[in-house]
Amino acid sequence: MIDEFILNAVIAGVLVAAIAGPLGCFMVWRKMAYFGDTISHSALMGVALGIAFDSENPIIMIATCSAVAIMLLFLQRDRRFSSDTLLGILAHGTLSIGMIVISMMDHFRTDMMYYLVGDILAISERNIYTIAGVVGITGICLFFIWRDLLSLTVHEDLAHTEGVKVNRIKIIYMLLIAFLVAVALKVIGVLLITALMIIPAAAARTISNTPLQMIMFSSIGGIVAVISGIAASSQWDVPTGPAIVLCATFLFLIGRFNIFKKAG
Amino acid sequence: MGDNTSPLIRLENVCKSYHKNLVLENISFSVNRGETVTLIGPNGAGKSTLMKISLGILEASSGEIHRDKSITIGYMPQKVMIDEVLPLSVRDFLYLRPNTSYADVAEALATVRLTRLADHPVQSASGGEMQRILLARAILGKPDLLVLDEPVQGIDIMGQQEIYGLIAKIRDETGCGVLMISHDLHLVMASTNQVLCLNRHICCRGSPEFVQRNPEYHAMMGRPMEGVAIYTHNHDPDHDHEYHHGHDHD
Repeated sequence: MIDEFILNAVIAGVLVAAIAGPLGCFMVWRKMAYFGDTISHSALMGVALGIAFDSENPIIMIATCSAVAIMLLFLQRDRRFSSDTLLGILAHGTLSIGMIVISMMDHFRTDMMYYLVGDILAISERNIYTIAGVVGITGICLFFIWRDLLSLTVHEDLAHTEGVKVNRIKIIYMLLIAFLVAVALKVIGVLLITALMIIPAAAARTISNTPLQMIMFSSIGGIVAVISGIAASSQWDVPTGPAIVLCATFLFLIGRFNIFKKAG
Repeated sequence: MGDNTSPLIRLENVCKSYHKNLVLENISFSVNRGETVTLIGPNGAGKSTLMKISLGILEASSGEIHRDKSITIGYMPQKVMIDEVLPLSVRDFLYLRPNTSYADVAEALATVRLTRLADHPVQSASGGEMQRILLARAILGKPDLLVLDEPVQGIDIMGQQEIYGLIAKIRDETGCGVLMISHDLHLVMASTNQVLCLNRHICCRGSPEFVQRNPEYHAMMGRPMEGVAIYTHNHDPDHDHEYHHGHDHD
């Protein structure tokens, strides 16, 4: 018999991983890994605001992450600073705000570790509904924009000339990441969310011949990593988030070194 | 399709400046159906900028751009680098063009004679093959206007002639207009109707033969006219045009 909290953890993890992989593929293709990190660091500010307002409403998290993404777009207009630098500023600026606000709450005693690596075993049924809703919306949006997003990933000017609404699609993609990060925080934590996007995508690259294959395999790989990670964590009593990431890393290494394939 | 006799695209007094630096000054030209207009100019002359303004990728600082909304444009950018992390075959690269079928893709590949590469990763194409792949992408969707940014970049002379021949053939068969950037006047002469010499402003314009005989062109390209030895260049008053060619030669 599987305990209910394990079952909740598996459902939440699978939902998040199913969409994290496909979003991660574009992150890998567009070399935006640091963007994912920035949004997840800013999520800690969202946590702090949630505590300050004494609310667990996911809208606060989503709004915070989205605001940081839009802030980045705004700052990028000044070409003196590269995206890399701006991301560094936003990531650490928001992270610091989050940590300072949390430290100022005297009545609030909790282990920061939960926010850093997630607390998947504490996922409630309500959390699952929220995650399912956000993942569903994200998946539908991605389904409609993926071809345009792929086209502008290959070449923005060419996509523009062919009628792709480049800026609109880019903003939608950034907001989708912000949405996912906001709900994935509890599942896998600030430090590891990007890993759940990047690593399954990289692992999928080793066995894919088309973009769509890579998107599909990254989703499957992420789900496998989540299930095996939760299993490993309950078996050996290790933290779940890191166990999931390690399983994903293992999948990548299998693919990278062709362990189950003939040498290529 | 619009009116068959009106220009596909017409620019009037277009200016562009970056940080108060004027990079394009009062550019006016148009491209008609079945016509090839070639932009020639030294590095930093603003050729690519002008092309991107024509396409609507960049905004002009002033001036007017009349682009028939109903026309389809095929664009060939200067350089396309696709990272190996994206598993993309040549066929799928071409298929990225919206509203295309795999049959259209196969036809375009046949036109540029690269059918054999369809299943290969797009990253494995050589420089010359990549240019032809980009040309195939540009002609997908049966464009009324082809806009080509240095279509022969990084290709040897034989390959250059082949690409220019292909472009002229596509133009003659489909009746589309062509706007392209080139470095070499001689290679494009045979297939070009109008040449614009660009160095921030249009230094001279006209038929390729006219431009070839025009001292402004030679001054702009920093090369002496044919038959003038290089060592006399700096002392020859006939060629001292570098700093005062602020007028058009229509």
